[in-house]
Amino acid sequence: MSGGVDSSTVAAMLRFEGRNVIGLTMQLWNQRRLAGHEGMPESVQGRCCSIDDVYDARRVAETLGIPYYVVNHEERFERDVVRPFVEEYLAGRTPIPCSLCNNHLKFDQLLIVAQQIGADHIATGHYAQVVFDEQLDRWLLKRPADKSKDQTYFLFGLTQEQLSRTLFPLGGMTKPEVRELARKHNLVIAEKPDSQEICFVPGGDYKRFLEAYLAEQGEQPAGTYNKMIAGEMVTTDGKVIGEHAGVHNFTVGQRKGLGVATGSPLYVIQIKNDTRQVVVGKDEELYSRTLRARRVNLISTAELRQPMRVAVKIRHKHQPAPAIIEPAGESAAADEVRVTFDEPQRAITPGQAAVFYDGDIVVGGGWIENSTQ
Amino acid sequence: MEISMMRRVYLDNNATTPVLPEVMDCMRPYFGEHFGNASSIHHHGQETRASVERARESVAALLGCRASEVVFTSGGTEGNNLAVFGVVRPGDHVITSTIEHHAVLNACKHLAAKGCEVTYLPVDGRGLVDPADVKRALRSNTKLITIMFANNETGVVEPVAEIGKIAAEADVYFHTDAVQAAGKVPIDVNQIGCDLLTISGHKFHGPQGVGALYVRKGTQLEPMLYGGSHERSRRAGTENVPGIVGLGKAAELASAGFERGDDLRMDHQTMAAVRDSLERELLKIEATGLNGEGAPRLPNTTNIYFDGIEGEALLIALDLKGLAVSTGAACSSGAIEPSHVLTAMGLRRDRAKASIRFSLGKQNAVEDIDFALGLIPETVARLRELSPVWPKSAVSR
Repeated sequence: MSGGVDSSTVAAMLRFEGRNVIGLTMQLWNQRRLAGHEGMPESVQGRCCSIDDVYDARRVAETLGIPYYVVNHEERFERDVVRPFVEEYLAGRTPIPCSLCNNHLKFDQLLIVAQQIGADHIATGHYAQVVFDEQLDRWLLKRPADKSKDQTYFLFGLTQEQLSRTLFPLGGMTKPEVRELARKHNLVIAEKPDSQEICFVPGGDYKRFLEAYLAEQGEQPAGTYNKMIAGEMVTTDGKVIGEHAGVHNFTVGQRKGLGVATGSPLYVIQIKNDTRQVVVGKDEELYSRTLRARRVNLISTAELRQPMRVAVKIRHKHQPAPAIIEPAGESAAADEVRVTFDEPQRAITPGQAAVFYDGDIVVGGGWIENSTQ
Repeated sequence: MEISMMRRVYLDNNATTPVLPEVMDCMRPYFGEHFGNASSIHHHGQETRASVERARESVAALLGCRASEVVFTSGGTEGNNLAVFGVVRPGDHVITSTIEHHAVLNACKHLAAKGCEVTYLPVDGRGLVDPADVKRALRSNTKLITIMFANNETGVVEPVAEIGKIAAEADVYFHTDAVQAAGKVPIDVNQIGCDLLTISGHKFHGPQGVGALYVRKGTQLEPMLYGGSHERSRRAGTENVPGIVGLGKAAELASAGFERGDDLRMDHQTMAAVRDSLERELLKIEATGLNGEGAPRLPNTTNIYFDGIEGEALLIALDLKGLAVSTGAACSSGAIEPSHVLTAMGLRRDRAKASIRFSLGKQNAVEDIDFALGLIPETVARLRELSPVWPKSAVSR
């Protein structure tokens, strides 16, 4: 329970279904930890694990008459989400901390705690559906009724075991219906606004967060670390046109803030981790037809032997595009997949996820390693 | 099972204790007919003044001091803060330990930020401060030594009388946080040789929101609250009369308990025996151990680690079955952080997080221990079975 509308309504729905419900909130990050560091605000602004949110969750649990506990997973969160988040940016990729949190915290640590305290399932406020398919003998992850709230993109890492113990009660509902239900149950949070940003990054300013975190870790003196990852700005044909202050400032497809002035609009085409070069070019150079995904998790099928026709989503707000997925080949790891789109896709971004869909069914997904024309 | 119908056993008496019925009975009239302000000159004021002073005598009797040396406070945190901030000035040096309660630790941290020097003494593996360390830490500007009487998490009793001697020889103020000791072991401020000593009502079956600070006559104590001349100008504010009366009664019952035992409830010898049997049975579970082993301990506390589990999950699992225990310290959200006390004792981080405190109160009965022992072994086994770090072969061993 995050203290928000979705998870609170889930608790209410299950409670009134007569289920034996226990409320759990994960304490993942101490908002005060970086307060005042290196340009971070003195006062607490972020949403993650704030005292107010815990207070709201507790109030909801009390209203529903269910036991409620806060469980501390700060150490795991830092190790498995925050550090990788920082390292991905420093390596020139664009990470998705929410997927890491789902894979390593919510559906791993929290599920273990849930089982340890005697619960058979965990229920969350995600907009997604889980169904068991008798014929396939597999648990399937499906897109929700409210396509505008679809969160399956962040859930591609769920294993069969995890899916078998997970409930997504909001999968068949729309957001307005959820709010209406929250009002009906007199939940104090019924009108609370949705959270959008990365929960541990105050105000969504990830660059400032990186700087403050690294300074706190003592890895780089405050204000100096970007010198370590500074480098050249080059065009696609290899011409050096300037310098940049650190690869973490860029994401593929970015147009603003490049710090170079030319006649035609320039976009980040590629970030080279080894040479620290940021490659810029024209819009049409952003398009690629294939990508390689690593650490692929398959859901609707146990293995991928033959090429398979699917639709692939390369970022949360991307319309799934028709593609063929196939094993990446002899020289690649077994969990690597090659994706070949029917039409070239714009701004395929390393660090993001490629999630494969067969209609509403999530076939699986992996982490984008690179793309090729 | 419907949660409200469930049998509940409370073994977290170091957090707080239930108010005993006779304490409640004493307090009740002061919410009603005896409502006077103890500073008022008229009949109503005189009535409550007398009750406040009687309570002060009862507290003085519990601590072996004079009534005039007892200052009523809102509880342990205020008492500890008043002791620390009341005597230490910028430029002074303070000696404390790493296992103090946050009411002392964070007060000292604040002092350090305000220009004082603070020495945090380590403890050994048993959780004991070495008096020789105290002696070595003394400096020319040392103003205060503040070392707790008994630790809230482990129940370990510190060598306060020895430290008191060192303080007296060095002519340095000695404060001891006796919040966990009061009512559980006899306290004599002269035998300890302390100048300041904190107690809190709700830790020994008195009400929450009231406590007392013993201030030895002659101690230069600056108040934290300014206002009227209450408490001999050491603590301004209208007295919490019902609370003070309750604290007085709880002190009286505790003193009586030490003198002649208490037939109606668990006396201290029985409590120690019951605690020992709980401890013995729990330590029969494999890969467990006692925190504070080999040190003198309060009769009511035992703190045990269960390797391979998260104390947090065990606490929740037991609570859902009706047994209330505790682990570490809760942070602002209510989540649990690894205990600074156990880590200071040199416990590995995972072991500190795998530790659970059981603390008994006078209301507990032997059946409560049976209830706990009926739940804990199977719950620990289940947690270990589901633990990613516990070797599965060890479970069947």
